[in-house]
Amino acid sequence: MYELLNRLTQTFGVSGNEEPIRELIINEIKDKVDEIKTDALGNLIALKKGNADAQNHKKFMIAAHMDEIGVIATHIDDKGYIRFSNIGGVSPYTSIGQKVEFKNGITGVVSYEQKLDDIKNLKLSKMYIDIGTKSREETEKFVKIGDTACFCGSFVKQGDFAISKAMDNRAGCAVATEVINILSKTGTDNDIYFVFTVQEELGLRGAKTAAYQIMPDYAIAVDVTRTGDTPESHIMEVKLGEGPAIKIKDSSILCHPAVKSLLEAAAKRANIPYQYEILEGGGTDVGAIHTTGGGVPSGAVSIPTRYIHSPTEMISLKDLENAAKLVAEAVR
Amino acid sequence: MDMQILKELTELNGVSGNEEAVRDYIKNRITPYTDGIYVDALGNLIAYKKGKSSNIKVMLSAHMDEVGFMVTGYTDTGLLKFTNIGGVDERILPGKAVLVGKDNIPGVISAKAIHLQEKEKFKRNWKMKNLYIDIGAEKKEEAEKVAPLGEYIAFKSEFQEFGKNCVKAKALDDRVGCAILMEALKETYDFNLYACFTVQEEIGLRGAETAAYTVKPDIALVFEGTTCSDVPETDKHLHSTRLGKGAVITIIDGSSYADKDLVNYIYNIAKDKNIPVQFKETATGGNDAGKIQRTRAGVKVAIISVPCRYIHSPVSLMAKSDFESAMKLAVETLKDMSSNGDNLKKLLKEDK
Amino acid sequence: MEIKSILKELTKENGASGYEHNVSQILANHLRKYCDDVQVDKLGSVIGRKKGSNPSRKILITAHYDEIGLLVTSIDKEGFIRFTKIGGIDPKILLATEVVIHGKNSIPGVIGAKPPHLLSPEDRNKTMGLQDLYIDTGMNYEEITQYVSIGDYITFKPVSLELKSNYFSSKALDNRCSFASMLVALEELKNLKHECDIYFAATVQEEIGLTGGITVSYNIDPDMAIVVDVCHGDMPDVPKEVTFPCGKGPAIAVGPVLNKKFTNKLIDKAKYENIKYQIDVEPGGTGTEAWATQVSRCGIPTVLISIPLRYMHTAVETLNITDLTETGKLIARFAASLTDEDFEKKEEIPAWICKF
Repeated sequence: MYELLNRLTQTFGVSGNEEPIRELIINEIKDKVDEIKTDALGNLIALKKGNADAQNHKKFMIAAHMDEIGVIATHIDDKGYIRFSNIGGVSPYTSIGQKVEFKNGITGVVSYEQKLDDIKNLKLSKMYIDIGTKSREETEKFVKIGDTACFCGSFVKQGDFAISKAMDNRAGCAVATEVINILSKTGTDNDIYFVFTVQEELGLRGAKTAAYQIMPDYAIAVDVTRTGDTPESHIMEVKLGEGPAIKIKDSSILCHPAVKSLLEAAAKRANIPYQYEILEGGGTDVGAIHTTGGGVPSGAVSIPTRYIHSPTEMISLKDLENAAKLVAEAVR
Repeated sequence: MDMQILKELTELNGVSGNEEAVRDYIKNRITPYTDGIYVDALGNLIAYKKGKSSNIKVMLSAHMDEVGFMVTGYTDTGLLKFTNIGGVDERILPGKAVLVGKDNIPGVISAKAIHLQEKEKFKRNWKMKNLYIDIGAEKKEEAEKVAPLGEYIAFKSEFQEFGKNCVKAKALDDRVGCAILMEALKETYDFNLYACFTVQEEIGLRGAETAAYTVKPDIALVFEGTTCSDVPETDKHLHSTRLGKGAVITIIDGSSYADKDLVNYIYNIAKDKNIPVQFKETATGGNDAGKIQRTRAGVKVAIISVPCRYIHSPVSLMAKSDFESAMKLAVETLKDMSSNGDNLKKLLKEDK
Repeated sequence: MEIKSILKELTKENGASGYEHNVSQILANHLRKYCDDVQVDKLGSVIGRKKGSNPSRKILITAHYDEIGLLVTSIDKEGFIRFTKIGGIDPKILLATEVVIHGKNSIPGVIGAKPPHLLSPEDRNKTMGLQDLYIDTGMNYEEITQYVSIGDYITFKPVSLELKSNYFSSKALDNRCSFASMLVALEELKNLKHECDIYFAATVQEEIGLTGGITVSYNIDPDMAIVVDVCHGDMPDVPKEVTFPCGKGPAIAVGPVLNKKFTNKLIDKAKYENIKYQIDVEPGGTGTEAWATQVSRCGIPTVLISIPLRYMHTAVETLNITDLTETGKLIARFAASLTDEDFEKKEEIPAWICKF
């Protein structure tokens, strides 16, 4: 799975600009699903048909957002420096000294105004991107207002751990893709809609409109979550490498007990290690899905991830594989 | 450019939840140009214009409401206590004139004379909870009778030509959008046009949410009065828009990410037709597009705005030329969508 | 109808947001006594329908029945339990509170923190945060983990008190008292004719995002909605504009979110029936399900009635029972008075819009 994860994480797909990552996923899954389409907002929706005559035939939605955080050029000054805004949760401190790459491949360096009196007052509005040009005209040859860039962070595999930018949420995309692979072999009773959603980082936007089109019986999001296993971290009972996490609560949803039990039962059946996730602050796609229509019982499987929203997000490949097994077992 | 409609629109009061006067005015003016008019449960005014041949639905949206206030209580001496509806900068309040209720009863927001203020308090900005509205009532009972609890209050401000190219008025946000929609309705198009004059944008994009659900559009264009911060002591890169530099196209703000193809399409029309145009250069704020984009299965949206300095105050300032550019851009965009049906279809493409 | 015993029964049960299943059947049984049909929906909202003589019009009455609570986030090696909150809870009220943890068994616990004499003078003045608090069950790690695991929910220990002058105190009166007022209304409706179908909905997860209000109003798609919730009762030192004296009747809300025509009818009805009421000025979100019902589908005309409640979101929420019964009476008489004439004419809805 890590080879796929490598390609997924290194492909461009800042929120609202998911075209490249969507292309990659389409090529990866198109021969393995029954239907596939891109909707008005850019969500990629793929259906794996089940057996309509099966007892308890249900409609599942599996949502993995394919967008990643990044920056957007908002102003170019006379000397060619680019001022920018965040797309999704970007910390000014994490951004200092980072490389960013625009969709067209142009690389820039993020730095901040030297006159800043105290680093505590650092804001994105005091920062800029330098692409090594000398004037506005020269910069505009490469970058225009409204162009987006992602943070650079190469893929490294070291033992069971992998580090890269955009693990949030290409790790989830890799899991969903792997679930399609598994189900291609095992078959499924249920209809399963795999949705690679857009603009999750901007407020769960794609998931909402996708859920409206599908109106599923149940929904499961696959996303990353924080861990509590680093030095002096906040109390959180999630550790890297201890298995995928079954979500209980975050600030967008309190997961439906039926979906939580469904996942627990699947993990026990297939002998997959798992942990429980209670995330304080932060949400995921099911937060928007569960209030759709007359209500959709929803839950989530999370991949424990350290240093989320940095160019060095770290996961365990074992957790990733187990997450795919867990989801496949639960929905099939 | 004739400013009469805009003048009349801005001099009407339509605080969020109390848009009747604005709605009635618009309804009377547009009825001859439409194939149907519907006022929904929230008070949105939806005007329909049947397309000549295509079934595509294009929604235009502009909100009728403006920020204002509401009566929350009284003093024994007949002064009104009040709170804001929508986002109002507390610093602008002291000493402003307001109009209370349907009968537009004049009132003034209190301002303690400079002589009476203690030194320490003098240095601090006023807070709304310490201000009152004086309508000249002498007793609580008298005030209660003419301004019952929950009565709406609007800023009082005349529309005025200002400098060479500007106008000053209240509620330019978003009567400029309303004026543009009224103009757009005069033409007939190939596609079905739904002009939605929405309610309650200022308290959370309320009307647009149900209007878009009702219309179920394929594409939506939102017209707005937007912030303009090209004022002294503001860094150039924080100027959201610039007065006099043309119609504004929004790429992204806090509520929506406009459809990129639609943005390019509109920008190119502006360039083709020599209409001055600028991009909004900050990513904050929000408007009806946020709700429309996420309605039902999702809707492609774009936003065209007029820069307004001192927005949400009784003295908003706008350049007439920007208003004209936004109007032209709206008209030309709709014309092109109508005459080049392929362009519209291309914008709507969904890969199956 | 013995309101106090019903209130005791309703508030004794534990149903934190998202975990309402213990309470749903009890509510359903109450509704079955009066309604033509009762269902519990996918997310746990309980909906009873009382048929009217003209079934083409639907009135939805909602009151959420979830309560605030806590959630186990970790158990340390000594058996102390750390927790987070479900809904809006002030951490400052939690110290020395008795709670019940709903694990495999119901386990009683008390909330503790470092004692004051061990705190430095600076720390003594610091406000209490959730991170400073823990639950002590008197069990060690091995014992407690047999019954409790991460993700179990916790509620206040139910204690209900009959206070003087018809005042009543308990946890979870927000918003089970409104459900009790619906029962009062249903009792009233036995003797009233009503034209519209009336749906009585006890909704879930209001405290964590109006979930039940959103989904129930979408499902029922009513012609108008009456939201019943609590508002702040009067207390010293709190501005009069945002609180309402207990015992002076329900508060009827006015503001952009509430439909003017129906709100005026409601006020007129209260006057006509000699039911005391107060006016609640709501310039924005209202903090209730009215925010959700108003914009459901094509928009639903909504009115909001609130019962004054002191010490909201604590274990000793307090109200005057008269306010509750008057609310029930008002709801019933108002709903029964609405006829086809009061709604938008169906033939006036043009064909070019999508009402489905």
